[in-house]
Amino acid sequence: MIRDFVTSREAILVAALIALILLVESRFSGFAAPGNLASVFNDTAILIILALGQTLVILTRCIDLSLASNLALTGMVTAMINAAMPGVPVVVLIALAIALGLLMGAFNGLLVWKLDIPPIVVTLGTLTIFRGLIFLVSGGEWVNSHEMGAAYKALPRFEILSLPVLSWIAIAVIAGFAVLVNRSALGRAFYAVGGNPHAAVYTGIDVGKTRFAAFTIAGGLAGLCGYLWVSRYAVAYVDVAGGFELDVVAACVIGGISIAGGLGTVTGAVLGALFLGTIKNALPVAGISPFWQLAISGAAIIVAVAFNARSNRKQGRIILKSAEHAT
Amino acid sequence: MSLADGTRPRHLPDRLSGRGARVLKSWELLLFGIAVLIFLANTQASQYFLDPWNLSDATFNFTEKAMIGFAMALLIISGEIDLSVAGIIALASTAMGWALQFGVGTPGLVAIGLAVGLLCGAFNGALVTRLGLPSIVVTIGTMSLFRGISYIVLGDQAFNGYPESFAWLGRGYVFWVISFELTLFAVFALIYGVVLHKTNFGRHIYTIGNNPTAARFSGIRVERVKMILFLLTGLMSGIAAICLTARLGSTRPSIAYAWELEVVTMVVLGGVSILGGSGSILGVVIAALVMGMVTFGLGLLNVPGIVMSIFIGALLIGVIAIPRLVAKLRRS
Repeated sequence: MIRDFVTSREAILVAALIALILLVESRFSGFAAPGNLASVFNDTAILIILALGQTLVILTRCIDLSLASNLALTGMVTAMINAAMPGVPVVVLIALAIALGLLMGAFNGLLVWKLDIPPIVVTLGTLTIFRGLIFLVSGGEWVNSHEMGAAYKALPRFEILSLPVLSWIAIAVIAGFAVLVNRSALGRAFYAVGGNPHAAVYTGIDVGKTRFAAFTIAGGLAGLCGYLWVSRYAVAYVDVAGGFELDVVAACVIGGISIAGGLGTVTGAVLGALFLGTIKNALPVAGISPFWQLAISGAAIIVAVAFNARSNRKQGRIILKSAEHAT
Repeated sequence: MSLADGTRPRHLPDRLSGRGARVLKSWELLLFGIAVLIFLANTQASQYFLDPWNLSDATFNFTEKAMIGFAMALLIISGEIDLSVAGIIALASTAMGWALQFGVGTPGLVAIGLAVGLLCGAFNGALVTRLGLPSIVVTIGTMSLFRGISYIVLGDQAFNGYPESFAWLGRGYVFWVISFELTLFAVFALIYGVVLHKTNFGRHIYTIGNNPTAARFSGIRVERVKMILFLLTGLMSGIAAICLTARLGSTRPSIAYAWELEVVTMVVLGGVSILGGSGSILGVVIAALVMGMVTFGLGLLNVPGIVMSIFIGALLIGVIAIPRLVAKLRRS
């Protein structure tokens, strides 16, 4: 068991993450201080939540490129309602954000489930449609900080046990996913569908319905993140989180979620997101221009996927060997 | 009944339907019908639409994207994809602008644009064919990497001051309203159409897309064909970078932002299966016309660009969903 962990991708990721943090710490002391690491985690919280949603989708051999547009649209809608009707309680707005996100996710899922349209085509389409809808809804106007209510902006920043609510939400989602993916029939169905769709059918799993569930859950989380993003940065406009859908995919890939489906863990996705988040936070500390960020995440994706492909091959052999020993 | 991954057991008829029936039922004809409808709607919506110079201007909306689309169509038919094409444009354009600072002339700039495109294509191709990595992830990575290098070089700056002879490549006219870019588009459409539909190489692409293992056992050098296709996609992105840079007259790292999605949309709209194995260049050509006319027609009506993207997205999903929906309703 211990040996399994030491050779696992998660262990390598943890080691890489610690090495990265120590590297930055050695040049700029204070980076590895608990307070700073907590703020890095808080900065990465939204990426973690979205990466977990994307993980479910990728596990079932699909991909959702519309998550960032979904986030931006729900964020804009909640911000506009908040600006127009300050009386609506924040809890209602959050519920609305999740519902709206679920609806958009379900739309993607229905097209994949009922009409068999390849997920990349569906979400490429909805990526542009959702983004365009923001313009239609807002007329291209911004919702600025002073138009938002105090409660609307304060919630993600409110500290419980010296950790902001935003971080607590991410922790809750991680915990929820650990149970859902590892301890529920639906969670195992995601793996079965991605690992071998034909076999999944024969074990009584509805492949289409499982994919629909993955898209819907990912959409709901994107909706939640819509509120979190807009209230955290206290501004909503058409291009919020533009291009973020690829960061989310990158986090999953770095975390070892196989794009071919059926392979990957919750821990991996969280670590992948944290790895990207740490790089993003380390760059300004190290005095490197933020213009380097895009190239670095691109290089990280390529290295990670090359590395994963190698370790996946090795893993196949190990499984065969232990099976031989068992018989 | 449908199997788990969406494929249905093959229905094998005794004989194929006649040529006429096949044309009538073809995707290309349906798309052509849509193109005609949009054309007519445009003439009704705006009195300025039918002006030859306006129509000529409209072609710039799609020529550069369509040139990449031809190579992308071949790549997607072979079962791979390249999402880094817009990143290649950014990098090639940046390299040209950088060379310009040293007084490189138009032929040198063109050579640099083509070379960077080819190099980027070779990089993608090597990662996919040598290391056996999934192209969708590799090119998501290289998309960020290529554009990221542009950002490192340029930051928030821009390269300007391209010579007049270079600008002609993006703004020049060969004959009356026929622009150089439109001519290039037509020539490439012909070349790619012949390569895909009339040569052994073209048949190999279809075979690989339908069943790479069977293709390998038939003696087709699968990796080599895929490598060539990645090189071609890189090269066409380099050509598009030259035309676009010449037309805009400046290079910013955000050049051609999100074009990869529009190119893929164009190819899929043109009837190329995203799962590989089927599609035609004619379809891509008509899809390019449809997308160009939609954006231009809506532009004449003062519809903002972002709202046009809703139409494009809806078109992409609609043209694929509606035939499937109709077939589903007919069966039940």
